[in-house]
Amino acid sequence: MQITDEAGLSEVIRSANAPLRIQGGGTRGLGRASEGALVDMSSFSGITLHEPGALTLVAKAGTPVSEIENVLAKEGQRLAFEPYFLDAGISTIGGVMATNASGPRRIQAGAARDFLLGVRFVDGSGDIVKNGGRVMKNVTGYDLVKLMGGSWGTLGVLTEVSLKVLPVPETEGCLILHGLSAEQAVKAMSSALGSPFEVSGAAHLPENQQTWLRVEGFDVQVKHRLTQLTERLKSFGEITTDISADWTTIRDAKTLGTDGDLWRISVKPSDAPRVAQAFPEGSKWFMDWGGGLIWASIPAGQSARPALAQVGGHATLMRAAPETHKALGTFQPEPSGVASLTAGLRAKFDPRGLFNAHMEPAHVAG
Amino acid sequence: MQMPKPDPSVLSRKPRVVERFLEVLPKDAVIHEEAETRAYECDALTAYRCPPMVAVLPSSTKEVAAVLKICHEEGVPVVPRGSGTSLAGGALPTADCVILGVARMNDVLETNYPDRYIRVQTGRTNLSVTGAVEEDGFFYAPDPSSQLACAIAGNIAMNSGGAHCLKYGVTTNNLMGVTLVQMDGTITEIGGAHLDAGGLDLLGLICGSEGQLGVVTEATLRILPKPEGARPVLMGFDSSEVAGACVSDIIKAGVLPVAIEFMDRLCIETCENFAKAGYPMCEALLIVEVEGSDAEIDDQLTKIIKIAERHNPVELRESKSAEQSAAIWLGRKSAFGAMGQINDYMCLDGTIPVSELPYVLRRIGEMSKEYGLDVGNVFHAGDGNMHPLILFDANKPGDLELCEGFGSDILKLCVEVGGCLTGEHGVGIEKRDLMSHQYTAADLEAQMAVKDVFDPKWLLNPAKVFPLDVSEPRRGADIAAE
Repeated sequence: MQITDEAGLSEVIRSANAPLRIQGGGTRGLGRASEGALVDMSSFSGITLHEPGALTLVAKAGTPVSEIENVLAKEGQRLAFEPYFLDAGISTIGGVMATNASGPRRIQAGAARDFLLGVRFVDGSGDIVKNGGRVMKNVTGYDLVKLMGGSWGTLGVLTEVSLKVLPVPETEGCLILHGLSAEQAVKAMSSALGSPFEVSGAAHLPENQQTWLRVEGFDVQVKHRLTQLTERLKSFGEITTDISADWTTIRDAKTLGTDGDLWRISVKPSDAPRVAQAFPEGSKWFMDWGGGLIWASIPAGQSARPALAQVGGHATLMRAAPETHKALGTFQPEPSGVASLTAGLRAKFDPRGLFNAHMEPAHVAG
Repeated sequence: MQMPKPDPSVLSRKPRVVERFLEVLPKDAVIHEEAETRAYECDALTAYRCPPMVAVLPSSTKEVAAVLKICHEEGVPVVPRGSGTSLAGGALPTADCVILGVARMNDVLETNYPDRYIRVQTGRTNLSVTGAVEEDGFFYAPDPSSQLACAIAGNIAMNSGGAHCLKYGVTTNNLMGVTLVQMDGTITEIGGAHLDAGGLDLLGLICGSEGQLGVVTEATLRILPKPEGARPVLMGFDSSEVAGACVSDIIKAGVLPVAIEFMDRLCIETCENFAKAGYPMCEALLIVEVEGSDAEIDDQLTKIIKIAERHNPVELRESKSAEQSAAIWLGRKSAFGAMGQINDYMCLDGTIPVSELPYVLRRIGEMSKEYGLDVGNVFHAGDGNMHPLILFDANKPGDLELCEGFGSDILKLCVEVGGCLTGEHGVGIEKRDLMSHQYTAADLEAQMAVKDVFDPKWLLNPAKVFPLDVSEPRRGADIAAE
């Protein structure tokens, strides 16, 4: 159903007697495979405020990300957390924030949730709630902004978000290291990220054994940083400079194709090579975030999670058949302490279990 | 300032509670003599004092859990305490509470440079976290002014910021994992050495919850490589409107300074008299600092100065050396001490959209005349986090109340223009009763519902953050039911 304002949404939720599917542009799996009436948020659209000098933008949750990016680009600004886009269609800002969808620059600039300054949402009782605001620093009361960011539509329906935005740097540059193993690549990326040269992207593609390092800034900065990084990393072998490296390849996991199931796995960078080694036969993968993020294409129906058994972290199933989602669970099962807090919060914010119930992580003992 | 009446039944159980503490803690970790509990009667909001019933100083997560379990069973409220540097009264006790101090838990548990994190016990001070990694070229970014004394536990509770958070973010942006002890003694690990803990963002929720959801005993913190260098430029303007416009232009131009600090005339004069930093006498002064190699810094400062020149500054002083940088920062860094020399002061912490800076400063000036109290402004201009310092005489009857009235009017003004009550100090008791100005009943209900999940009996720091009449049904019912 199409609803255009908070009052209408509140009424729909109040009077609902069966689960609802909350969906923005339908490009991020929110509402996927879930039963119940579709609540289409795309009509909650429009930028309500953009103050370039204050680095803030406020938009209704159903606003297309592309519209926001166009408006920002006119002022030389951008969404610095570099949201990823996996499926074709019109991605909305509410969907980006509800899934905390951060790209390569997460390691330097922060995650989507770090750029979320304020939210308005309607909870499972139909109450309209606001939290945070449109200022950069705000510790007034509990941070429900963070809680709503990355909650995959399970606690409430976002209606409006306030964002911190950043200027687009004057220029960027990219170093490519050639011929490294996964272990060597993580070492090289750790060395780069442990340097003062503000690396804003660090990815390793095992298929062609390329390790990409991005720096951004003013022309003087970029030149200086590329020179310094080349010097720092020379013991790792051949290094070339490439100004045309397309980081959307990394951001949107384009190299993995659509054959297998798509997984997104967050680990400690130095654990990444060991985790990748343990994927099922026939898997394809690459590393972003200096090794901290692995994107993997795993043969359909098989799980990436056993590879995480000996290390910390979590694996999310991003794209698979509905029955695979059902069998393996979209999210990493949670230890009982975290799971009981999660269940408690869901019971408070959505007492009737109306919202995207299939998104709930499973529990494990311990 | 109202606080709930101490519960006589809790007070009557003091001997039993102390006895039970002594079963799980060493003798010197249980402080219950009246002369000694007085040491915990207040934090840095010294206008309000009340010795706790008991103070305990556990040395491990296990001991914290044991203490909380006892308090949970006995129905005793607990006020967690880091180093007691809160300006908002976050660690102010009630007479029937147990103060749980984490000061003895200050070990570094692990440092990992390849993966860029440090794991510490949360009684460790902010500056000594950086101290543990700086020889190896790293630092911990959030830098509250009290960083020499304040503990990571308190930083997490209040989601502390600092002068450099324009570039590096505040505590929540640098926190990767915690060990949380809930009121019933349950120990839960949340997040860890990987980025973006899975599931709901419980870390984000715990950070800034003012010790009301649990006691964080260990934390995994992101550490960053130290920049090659940093240098500021100082600029003076003949009006705060012009200074505000200059800030906005710098930000728009794509330079991302690590800090933009603002001082008004009263602060400039007071600091100058105190620190003799050689500041120009003008209406508004900005200190803008950038980082990088020497050449990078020169390049950025040139860009900033070019922007500033469009606004006809009365003074432009670019630092060319570490010595000159120190001279520029000297006055700013002594601002709070200098203001404290001329009178008692109350430090506010509202945040406003940067575009509202000129209007808000003008209104504060007008209100200052109406109230007959001087106010100095020194703050982080890049992110709109204001710190008006209202001067008053604590020994003059009625002056504190007058000052509080003025302060609350300023904070209401911050909310009116689209800002908030507190940018980095927290609500505590100081701004508790103003919460209804920023949030509706439904907004507050949603926040209190979170506490219901973590601390169903409302025993953890219960008299803070939410207006007492709003939280009364929750605090009253469960505590009385014990």
